[in-house]
Amino acid sequence: MTGQPLELVCPAGTPAALRAAVDAGADSVYLGFRDETNARNFPGLNFSRDELAEGIAHAGRSGCKVLVAINTYPRAGDSGPWRRAVDDAARLGAWAVILADIGLLDYAAGRHPGLRRHLSVQASAANPETIRFYHEEFGVKRVVLPRVLTISEIARINGAVPLETEVFAFGGLCVMAEGRCLLSSYATGESPNMNGVCSPAEHVRYEDRNGRLVSHLGRFAINVFAAGEPAGYPTLCKGRFQACNRDSYLFEEPTSLDAIRMLPALMKAGVTALKIEGRQRGKAYVAQVVGAFRKAVDAVARGEDPAGNDLAALTEGGRQTTGAYEKTWR
Amino acid sequence: MSEPAKLTLGPLLFNWPAEKVRAFYGQIAERAPVDTVHLGEVVCPKRTPFLAEALAEAAETLTAAGIEVVWSTLGLIADAKDVAATEALVESTPGLVEINDISALQMLRGRAHVVGPLVNVYNEGTLGWLASRGATRVCLPPELPRDALAALAAAAGTVELEVQAFGRMPLALSARCYHARAHGLHKDGCRYVCDRDPDGMPVTTLDRQPFLAVNGIQTLSHALLDLSAEAADLFELGIRRFRLSPHNTDMVAIAHVWRDLLDGRTEPARTQRIIEAVADFAPRANGYYHGRPGAELVA
Repeated sequence: MTGQPLELVCPAGTPAALRAAVDAGADSVYLGFRDETNARNFPGLNFSRDELAEGIAHAGRSGCKVLVAINTYPRAGDSGPWRRAVDDAARLGAWAVILADIGLLDYAAGRHPGLRRHLSVQASAANPETIRFYHEEFGVKRVVLPRVLTISEIARINGAVPLETEVFAFGGLCVMAEGRCLLSSYATGESPNMNGVCSPAEHVRYEDRNGRLVSHLGRFAINVFAAGEPAGYPTLCKGRFQACNRDSYLFEEPTSLDAIRMLPALMKAGVTALKIEGRQRGKAYVAQVVGAFRKAVDAVARGEDPAGNDLAALTEGGRQTTGAYEKTWR
Repeated sequence: MSEPAKLTLGPLLFNWPAEKVRAFYGQIAERAPVDTVHLGEVVCPKRTPFLAEALAEAAETLTAAGIEVVWSTLGLIADAKDVAATEALVESTPGLVEINDISALQMLRGRAHVVGPLVNVYNEGTLGWLASRGATRVCLPPELPRDALAALAAAAGTVELEVQAFGRMPLALSARCYHARAHGLHKDGCRYVCDRDPDGMPVTTLDRQPFLAVNGIQTLSHALLDLSAEAADLFELGIRRFRLSPHNTDMVAIAHVWRDLLDGRTEPARTQRIIEAVADFAPRANGYYHGRPGAELVA
């Protein structure tokens, strides 16, 4: 099949990554402010107001749009930082804001009706009824679908809702319903919803135990690596645990999503945009992944197979999965 | 004088056989001093056919005993079957429904309802919006610290606020079934292995430290949430309902000690000793309330 190329939505954790994404052919970039209002609230990442203004100007010169993620849940008694983030995104001319919280969507729709609203994956809108709800109540124009759906479910959603859908194509893979996972805060006190972090680095500790490396998150061991075994970051749901008297990667192997093979099927399923995860990644990574997806997306739009995938080296532990897009994952 | 605090028995999260479910709710109806009982399958729709009859009977028995029955909807509504099942539940329930996935809100069309702890209510903006759409009672997510609970209570108006006060904390939901996966099975051919673990499947770290409990597509804490030491403070803040989450233990005794605590007939220390004796399979925790990791127990 041929058709309109899928919109390539690319991560920008820093102004340098933004420029790399734009140069590599991003149709749009998404980013966050440097505080707890976004779900990648990591040290050294994200944008000041001035950097956003410059980023929007730079992207605009290449016809690239800028989306601002304000996708954590405002703190009770202190919603000011989240509301100011929406106000500033509107004032500085962002193309859209990506929101998850009902109260904040209500605020944005009332205060900035002309500002395009996307529903963050953190709202976990996984069925047509929920998606229609956000569209009808808050005028949401696009929904970022949770990484829990099969392609046939995505096609069914696209047939049933009047708004655009965006799906994850590459990068980190949440195996739990996004925005509904408290595993991180159970071990560390900090969560994606409240703090914009998952398994945060300041709670990570590595211990050398007779040549074996034990990774801890809070006071829990997340993995044990034999001497010589490559050690990964202790993201809680990618840890090794014991259940049924067996040690295993119970929730998910340390792997990354790579849906490049699925692009024709996603296009056929009526998807509007593809999202590359990785605002925590450097500009070289962003350039390489965005460049590969640019070629693949254009090839698919011409009715060709996606170009050969040379991204294995960039995936977690060199391992890839098509995740929930194929039903066997469940 | 303000109304006494109320006790809710939350929905049964685990896959128990129908006879056990029948006996459980029979005992609750007869002997547990609870104001409200939630029925209905929240975790896995595949369990529903085996329990429909027992739960319908339980609803009758509980109602006859003067206990309010609330029907809880599924936590993760993914496919068309889940949607249809939720619609059928909403339409066939004359009384209160608890929504655990925002999609059920549209189906209620403004009807008064309860919002469950699996719906993200983190702030006054969301609370107020949901109230304007018919929410009369909201059980807040377990990870909220005291400051957030205080701010929400101050803004709640006529909405009755509830917190879970006993039982394993619901931490995550997934499209994937971890019970099936741990047994080397696929979700579609799961052989209902979740029925082997009436309080969830123990998950330990590789150091054999107890950590989590898997319940089908749901992941729970290993520790049991216990807010008995915080109950008086919560009441002061304006939280008027306390939810006990059912476990495979003497829930009648748990309900009694909580009723005694809320009525000032016993102290938190005695409540904790009884909870530790009755629910001895896991330690207590209250970290979230204190802004700490949820697994911690702050004395």
